[in-house]
Amino acid sequence: MATKFINITLKIWRQKNSQAKGSLETYKLDHVSTDSSFLEMLDQLNEQLINNNESPVAFDHDCREGICGMCSLYINGRAHGPDTGTTTCQLHMRKFNDGETIYIEPWRSKAFPIIKDLVVDRSAFDRIQQAGGFVSVNTSGRTMDANAIPVAKSDADKAFEAAACIGCGACVAACKNSSAMLFVGAKVSQYALLPQGQVEGRERVLNMVRQMDEEGFGNCTNTGACEVECPKGISIENIARMNRELIKAAVSSDKE
Amino acid sequence: MSNLDAKIPEGPLSEKWTNHKNHMKLVAPNNRPKIDVIVVGTGLAGASAAASLGEMGYNVKAFCFQDSPRRAHSIAAQGGINAAKNYQNDGDSVYRLFYDTIKGGDYRAREANVHRLAEVSGNIIDQCVAQGVPFAREYGGLLDNRSFGGTQVQRTFYAAGQTGQQLLLGAYSALSRQIGLGRVKMYHRHEMLDLVVVDGKARGIIARNLVTGEIERHSAHAVVIASGGYGNVYFLSTNAMGSNVSAAWKVHKRGAYFANPCFVQIHPTCIPVHGTNQSKLTLMSESLRNSGRIWVPAKKEDAEAIREGRLKPTQIAEGDRDYFLERRYPAFGNLVPRDVASRAAKERCDAGFGIEANDTNEGVYLDFSSEIRSKGKQAAFAKGDHNPSEETILAMGKKWIEEKYGNLFQMYEKITDENPYETPMKIYPAVHYTMGGVWVDYNLQSTIPGCFVTGEANFSDHGANRLGASALMQGLADGYFVLPYTLSNYLAEDIRTGTISTDAPEFEEAERAVTERIQLFLNNKGTKSVDYFHKKLGLIMWNKVGMGRNEAGLKEAIDEIKALREAFYADVFVPGEANEMNTELEKALRVADFIELGQLMAVDALSRNESCGGHFREEYQDAEGETLRDDKNFKMVAAWEYQGGDAKQATLHKEELKYEFIKIAARNYK
Repeated sequence: MATKFINITLKIWRQKNSQAKGSLETYKLDHVSTDSSFLEMLDQLNEQLINNNESPVAFDHDCREGICGMCSLYINGRAHGPDTGTTTCQLHMRKFNDGETIYIEPWRSKAFPIIKDLVVDRSAFDRIQQAGGFVSVNTSGRTMDANAIPVAKSDADKAFEAAACIGCGACVAACKNSSAMLFVGAKVSQYALLPQGQVEGRERVLNMVRQMDEEGFGNCTNTGACEVECPKGISIENIARMNRELIKAAVSSDKE
Repeated sequence: MSNLDAKIPEGPLSEKWTNHKNHMKLVAPNNRPKIDVIVVGTGLAGASAAASLGEMGYNVKAFCFQDSPRRAHSIAAQGGINAAKNYQNDGDSVYRLFYDTIKGGDYRAREANVHRLAEVSGNIIDQCVAQGVPFAREYGGLLDNRSFGGTQVQRTFYAAGQTGQQLLLGAYSALSRQIGLGRVKMYHRHEMLDLVVVDGKARGIIARNLVTGEIERHSAHAVVIASGGYGNVYFLSTNAMGSNVSAAWKVHKRGAYFANPCFVQIHPTCIPVHGTNQSKLTLMSESLRNSGRIWVPAKKEDAEAIREGRLKPTQIAEGDRDYFLERRYPAFGNLVPRDVASRAAKERCDAGFGIEANDTNEGVYLDFSSEIRSKGKQAAFAKGDHNPSEETILAMGKKWIEEKYGNLFQMYEKITDENPYETPMKIYPAVHYTMGGVWVDYNLQSTIPGCFVTGEANFSDHGANRLGASALMQGLADGYFVLPYTLSNYLAEDIRTGTISTDAPEFEEAERAVTERIQLFLNNKGTKSVDYFHKKLGLIMWNKVGMGRNEAGLKEAIDEIKALREAFYADVFVPGEANEMNTELEKALRVADFIELGQLMAVDALSRNESCGGHFREEYQDAEGETLRDDKNFKMVAAWEYQGGDAKQATLHKEELKYEFIKIAARNYK
């Protein structure tokens, strides 16, 4: 694993704020270590811009371990770049060639308005979660013992796989319809697979899907791009499970 | 100097918390909506507190600098959460978790707090399961456990290598429910820039909207700081890029004491540094030490050959490997506490046995080949194959590893471009967690009335070294099960107060100070970026206030940081404007606080003339290189009072630590 250094050209979407008109700007960046992560490459660009008295590129990032879901970026036309099963922060420059031109754009979706440069507003996801992504259990030292209800390992494992979603929004960015169904399906599935989620199952799926529609996300047409681009490998089986839950909820009589 | 009163309730250790709860004042449900509470930070400690207080009926305002409360850095915790459930029938109990935590902290934590933590640990698991947190389970459907460092029982609950994520998303779901119900108002992309104190009580904060740059006043009857730790003072750490000390430091500047700042946890198993453009370090979970064995070559010439690429680790014969933790600590082996494991790795590398080809040769191996073979064989037997081929054993062993640690192995491969199923991981210690923090009493209240501090931001439960899988436990214990009681006890006095006005002169003064500070940076027009200074600070801290410290180095660090502070204000360049999203401005405001804190850490480390836990003063060690405590003079918490930007002027206050229920002894993991 010898470290190499490469020179690259960057075409980056710059937009001063949500109202301004944006455009792609070109930057040259030399001597980029192939061991650097993609975001460390952007740090290096920003250091260069600051030293030249230019405005640094705004981009979202935090944990840089692929788990917080804050980083995003459409790189060469793909959410989180050319590597599969990875977030932008875990993408490394060894995946790029010397002399390459790299296009970097923000997530593009009506439901994710641009705030500045590459930063978008993903609070629609939070509002979907607020509509029903929870079990209504108050804090109490008196819930039943954690082992009172056995859960089949296969169900627990599937619930975990769905719950591994990091809420980054790559599924929406990758979808030609800007659908959020992989995100919502994963959350609905997590609870649908566990006994603790059963009680409110009907209300949950109805409320979350209603909020998803209100936020302006598109519908699912089974293209499967979301699953391919999801950094956590969330399966579109979760969308199918959500649809089953939704049909069940729609045809069952209203309890109220 | 004064003696601080921790307000520990009277009575036998195991009854203190129960008795205290029984006698605290309450706020009736009809009065709670008249009371406002601010919670800063939405990690495990903050989200759990905000959700619980919202459920009780208080008006809660929660703040986070990230774009969503779900992204707080608790999410990155990997290995697990401890609880004294004794599901594995291996002799665990509340007392044993309490004892392990005190011992692991090298007898520098407060007995009563730690016992309370152990008492509520079981409730946390119950609560999380009720919320739908998908913990790992056994085939019978019951919860699975594993071991962590510094213990001889299996009490760690986990969800693959993403336990922090699952617990945080659980707390976030509870918080989201309260936001949806209108009981919590969420301010994301907001950063707290000052605490407002009115008539001696914490009554609000000044926050900056990170999207518009607007400076906002927010009032409340109490303020909860749950803003995490300060590991980023070292520039390179396992913390998130945005993790910072500013909320805690502002509280300190307004009068709250800062306790044991020099107690920093350097985690033994992180991916080694690769180069100068590196922005952060990545942890490889402690849980890996359940299955991995740590070694370096026994011969220096082999280590050299590996560094030069002439030898591969897999070519080193078993007899030529030095499994130094198993050699030095046979009773705990690879599962010694973090501070012990880190120092042992440093000792080998300093002696010339490091295997990483970076500037400092700092790296050791974490090897899974023994575990792959033994688990592969077990798996084959379980399937009825009692004479498995070599190939079958390796394939099944790798599959077992993948189930347990798959995401960690994948992360390692992405970063290093090496396959850890085939060749041992290269690891080295890195800054990970800070045991020090804002001083709080038993009720989690700082020395400013109405300002409570929870989770990693306070100092109280882990002494001089935190045990693995205990940070998640503490964050949730504070937010779910402690603060709702102790905060209500305080707020009982406020049911007639009415809304706190943000027109008070104290708000005006605080807002003006914040605005002036922002202008100062924007108008400075220096020549160097914020990161330039942050990296300089990080190097001073790592070299002189890191894993090994000594008097001469600490004195140098104190002066060097003072000079760095002056250079920073003279020459930092912050581009852009105040009224826009300005990430460089955010960094400048944070680094200014890190510089002050860094100096205080060196002052604290210099004044603590002993070694304990993560604080290793080279002058104070025994013949075998273990920490040498001085219980006569330093069985105490050092709590510092702010006296201006030069930490040399800070005033020291002490809290005597009394061990009434535990016999204090030298820590022994041999």
